[in-house]
Amino acid sequence: MQRPVVVLRALALGAVLALVATACGSEKGTTGGQTGGAKQGGTIVFAASSDPVSLDPAFISDGESIRITNQIYEGLVKTKAGGTEIEPSLAKSWAASNNATSWTFDLQEGVKFHDGTAFNAAAVCANFDRWYNFKGVLQSDSVSYYWVSVFGGFSDKKNPSLYKSCEARDDKTAVINLNQPSASFIAALSLSSFSIQSPEALRKYDADKVSGTAEEPKFESEYGLAHPTGTGALKFESFAANDKTVLARNDDYWGQKAILDKVIFRTIPDLAARRQALEAGEIQGYDNADPSDVEALKANYQVLQRPAFNVAYVGFNQKKKPLDNPMIRQAIAHALNRDALIKAKYPAGSQVANEFMPPEVFGYNENVTKYDYDPDKAKQLIAESGVTNPAIEFWYPTSISRPYMPDPAANFQAFKADLEKVGFKVTPKSAPWRPDYLNAVQSGGAPVYLFGWTGDYGDPDNFVGVFFQQPSAQWGFDNKAIFSALNDAEKETDQSKRTELYKAANEQIMQFLPGVPYAHTGPFLVFAKNVKGYVPSPVTTELFATVSLG
Amino acid sequence: MLKFTVRRLVQLVPILIGLSILVFVWIRALPGGPAEALLGERATPEAVERVRDLYGLDRPIWQQYLSYLGQVAQLDFGQSVVSRRLVSTEISERFPATVELTIAAMIFAVGVGIPLGFLAAKRYQRPLDHLSVAGSLLGVAIPVFFLGLLLKYVFAVKLHWLPTVGRSAATSTSPHPTGFYVLDAIITNDRVALVDAVRHLVLPAIALGTIPLAIITRITRAAVLDVVNEDYVRTAQAKGMEPRVVDRRHVLRNAMLPVTTIIGLQTGLLLSGAILTEHVFAWGGMGQWLYQAISYRDYAVLQAGILFLAIVFVLVNLLVDISYALLDPRIRVR
Repeated sequence: MQRPVVVLRALALGAVLALVATACGSEKGTTGGQTGGAKQGGTIVFAASSDPVSLDPAFISDGESIRITNQIYEGLVKTKAGGTEIEPSLAKSWAASNNATSWTFDLQEGVKFHDGTAFNAAAVCANFDRWYNFKGVLQSDSVSYYWVSVFGGFSDKKNPSLYKSCEARDDKTAVINLNQPSASFIAALSLSSFSIQSPEALRKYDADKVSGTAEEPKFESEYGLAHPTGTGALKFESFAANDKTVLARNDDYWGQKAILDKVIFRTIPDLAARRQALEAGEIQGYDNADPSDVEALKANYQVLQRPAFNVAYVGFNQKKKPLDNPMIRQAIAHALNRDALIKAKYPAGSQVANEFMPPEVFGYNENVTKYDYDPDKAKQLIAESGVTNPAIEFWYPTSISRPYMPDPAANFQAFKADLEKVGFKVTPKSAPWRPDYLNAVQSGGAPVYLFGWTGDYGDPDNFVGVFFQQPSAQWGFDNKAIFSALNDAEKETDQSKRTELYKAANEQIMQFLPGVPYAHTGPFLVFAKNVKGYVPSPVTTELFATVSLG
Repeated sequence: MLKFTVRRLVQLVPILIGLSILVFVWIRALPGGPAEALLGERATPEAVERVRDLYGLDRPIWQQYLSYLGQVAQLDFGQSVVSRRLVSTEISERFPATVELTIAAMIFAVGVGIPLGFLAAKRYQRPLDHLSVAGSLLGVAIPVFFLGLLLKYVFAVKLHWLPTVGRSAATSTSPHPTGFYVLDAIITNDRVALVDAVRHLVLPAIALGTIPLAIITRITRAAVLDVVNEDYVRTAQAKGMEPRVVDRRHVLRNAMLPVTTIIGLQTGLLLSGAILTEHVFAWGGMGQWLYQAISYRDYAVLQAGILFLAIVFVLVNLLVDISYALLDPRIRVR
């Protein structure tokens, strides 16, 4: 028996009707000039910090590639514009079997890939089977990171896989079978990595062709940078290395067609150069703007901000003394003046974090145990802990600025002063972020460290699940109660029960205090004044199809 | 001359083998590897282990080196782990960009530097001379990235005369058969593309050419000052030769010897990667590529890129030596 988990048919039907209505309108617009205030046609140039690695979404995990694949492809589900809620995309609706191991997707009809071939259940299964059957270097995390993190292993069964099989019951019905119950998997399907590509194009250009040796693998297919083929509102036109990627409107799109004729992503690695290119009128927008530029830019440009979807935290490795002592961890939490740091060093719109995920994600618990700034309490906790003259080695990264940590050295200085005030002896340790610092933190070499995380999709499993669902060298603890609470929450398919389980898990985590979360930030985007219709998304799934030039 | 050239080329072989071992060992001695660099926060130790395993990085280093040498012998330089593109393809795309920028920068530096140095020497201790000395000091002292940003601010942001980034306009669809955009525009007889390519070259060439300009000006000035007091110049003047002819045949030609060396060395330096200029102007050349390769521990790119640039540097120096011999017959005789 099938039990609907997300009943969205009516909503989807409404959306489709609305899309049809506006699509008719925009067709008129191509000749008439204006559609609901948006000028039809034109070209926008948006700056990218690097070239895309590949436009084969199965092979990428970097933001610049994903930005472009989001335009070219669609998945079975997508995130709501500007939010993290899951909405129908190529699937109109979906339902799980009773034990949540078999998921039936009802697909959109009349959808075509950019190469003219039909999208159907067979195409869906061809894509899932492709990912599941990756061999050799294609299984590496640097290639198929999201498959590994969501589904685990591959068909060679070296590691267990969540994915079992896919069957095309008929053209419009695909059934995906899992080896164990999972609910977070639906939200994960909104990731660009799980976009449905044209099986015909993948075959024609031999997309999975890898040769060479183990230490020098060669990705040989020209598919990724010359023939990426999806169903999206924009289609691939050209790619020039170290220069630009050009997309054009897909006039055969099944939904609301793109307003612009072309979208060009221009590669400009230097942030200051991106700002100057905007000021010189060579580009019309860029993201991750330097927060210190924002005020100056507001006079002549539109500044938008993505809702916070990250967390900055001070992490503890409990394998290192005295961090195994809960009172010491609590003393650190009370010693850190997080409010002052956010006010002084973070851009406007940043929030103090109280748990390891942002409020945007369901399962966020308003009422977790909080550790307010209280130096006296910190001193008292140290006195009660039995640790005399507590000393910690505190790590921070150099030569890096992360969205959740614009200036790591400033954070470190502020926290060091806070900790010394209550009696900690702090030994500073710094290393270049890539790869030395990452290496030290993740292999357990850093006792206290500045770190953070930007989410990929709107599910708590992508935050607390990543950090605390299993033992890791980085955190160095073995708390079975937390591991199993997160495991249970991940498997629960009833949304309201799941939310409650994650709320409870968040409270458990904050009581245990594996680290001190301190900031959520939203990155800034800057656009020329005439750019309209860009909706910032917490998970950066922003579509250029709705953008127009006024 | 041929024997001299061949001997110098043969000397290259041990240098390159030594350098390849050095580079190979050096980049593997750096902490971390491509897996951590690529995956960032997401590089868990297990993931890193899987990548090391899949890429064969857990084998003894001499085995890795031998298999690398085997591939290089077949002219296979591997693939970048970051861009996943062939190193040889990337070099063929990026080297023309760097060469084009270097040529433009050197045209600027030589075209302005030699006349300026010459005039400064001829007007020794007069205002132009003082100005040239002060100017070249400033030219050497000003950081390239700052100069780049400053030039862009004035000529692009404020005056809108020139573009700030890239080698051609974003909307350009001109073909690039050779990768030298100016040359491509000439070959395809595309006047719009030619103007576009030159406009994109101006600011980065000035930014990159400023240091060589300062050096060339000073060396020219000093060399001319040395030569004007030589006996043969005085003799030429005494026998009533026209001052312009004296300057051209006797002063400039002889003063050019040290200047040629400097031009050669500077060209070699610029070719081996104008990292900051390329970064600030989003100029997709070798410097930008190697910079990124270091932070990503991109082994294949570093190995091949550094060796390639070493070869270029040595060859440019060889050319300098040859031109030296052509300019100064005494060297040929020796």
